[in-house]
Amino acid sequence: MLEMLRWVIRRDLVLAMRRRSDVLTTLFFFIIVVSLFPLGVGPEMNLLRTMAPGVVWVAALLASMLSLGRLFSSDYLDGTLEQMLLAPQPLSIVVLGKVAAHWLVSGVPLVVMAPVLGLQYDLAADALLILTASLVLGTPVLSMIGAIGAALTLGLRGGGVLVSLLVLPLYIPVLIFGAGAVEASASGLGAEAYLSLLAAFLVGALVLTPWATSAALRISLD
Amino acid sequence: MNFRDIAWFKYSSPASFYFLAGKMIPWFWAAAAVFAVAGLYIGFFVAPTDFQQGEAYRIIFIHVPAAWMSMFLYVVMAGWAGIGLAFNTRLSSMMATALAPTGALFTFLALWTGSLWGKPMWGTWWVWDARLTSELILLFLYIGFMSLQAAIDDPRRADRAGAVLALVGVVNVPIIYFSVKWWNTLHQGASISLMQAPTMAATMLTGMLVMALACWMYSIAVALMRVRCIIVERERHAQWVSEMRGQLK
Repeated sequence: MLEMLRWVIRRDLVLAMRRRSDVLTTLFFFIIVVSLFPLGVGPEMNLLRTMAPGVVWVAALLASMLSLGRLFSSDYLDGTLEQMLLAPQPLSIVVLGKVAAHWLVSGVPLVVMAPVLGLQYDLAADALLILTASLVLGTPVLSMIGAIGAALTLGLRGGGVLVSLLVLPLYIPVLIFGAGAVEASASGLGAEAYLSLLAAFLVGALVLTPWATSAALRISLD
Repeated sequence: MNFRDIAWFKYSSPASFYFLAGKMIPWFWAAAAVFAVAGLYIGFFVAPTDFQQGEAYRIIFIHVPAAWMSMFLYVVMAGWAGIGLAFNTRLSSMMATALAPTGALFTFLALWTGSLWGKPMWGTWWVWDARLTSELILLFLYIGFMSLQAAIDDPRRADRAGAVLALVGVVNVPIIYFSVKWWNTLHQGASISLMQAPTMAATMLTGMLVMALACWMYSIAVALMRVRCIIVERERHAQWVSEMRGQLK
């Protein structure tokens, strides 16, 4: 089973590296959205500093959601996904591998880029650290929850817009605690409670979502 | 009475349920009308004026039942959808589909009446209170469920995809509720409590409960009517539907 997991991750990473522009598009979307906010609300540093965690998190949410289309659709179109369904290994392992690869491709660049964008918003060093930590814990949850939506809307017309309608309400807890962690540390409350909750979401999602995603995939490929 | 003598599964067939529902609908409508008249009478004429909130509090007679129904119907909907997914019973999935618009309607009603109440009480149409926010998110979940089902042409796939989404939503609703609650207490700007009058006059409570019963009866009647439409639409090629159509001519 671990063999299968490693194989799926490697395969998806190789495929993503063959088409680097897809990865970069998501990353630049994230950067552009974050950079638009100061232009919209004005360059006042105090305002920007309080807004920063929310803006970065909302932008990460949107970027992660936009990249969901790539998760299953190309494998669905060329029939690979159907073969994976027939494989003797459990489908949830395949799903877990694909989601892990998706996170490595679309989540990790956001995590790496976030501190730099935080500097634009004049965040202090420890706030940057907490922001990065919350993104490390939170973005995998986004990929895992999003996979359910991507699997449900596979091959539907208007699937891209539909995914956002299905997935964004489910992202809310992650957004609240992710952005809340940074604010709590800025107001001196300490971010441990928030980070622990994010870690709890991560563990819970790791257990439950591959199962729900594979159920959704079986329905979509019926 | 022997338990085995009951035909448990007779009415799980859409064909026989169609006629059962047709017989039940007028009764539920009648019950809804009676409860609504009684509840509104208690609400407008019997219940005393609140000494703090004046007459404006009377909106709770529709607001609270609507809010209760909005949450309850989501759970019922997910329950039917889950049964449909697990046992592959067509009628359960149709019930789930039929309940969704009513649930969304009550959610919208709860939000709307809430903001009508909030304007004279809090001086604002909307506050980011935990309950308001989670009710809004519930509305999004209903809309997501309905638009997913609407986007899928094959009804069986729509049923099952909707069921997965509804079940994921049910797991998420408590998480969303508590996260919004904690978020709200952290951000608490103006300290506003929905529970301004902790002890409620007995007549107010009675009026509210009677109105809640009216909403229940209304939801059942409307859901049954909608499920009848769905049954006929999906079974239009079946023998019994064409026979029924022959009788109508």
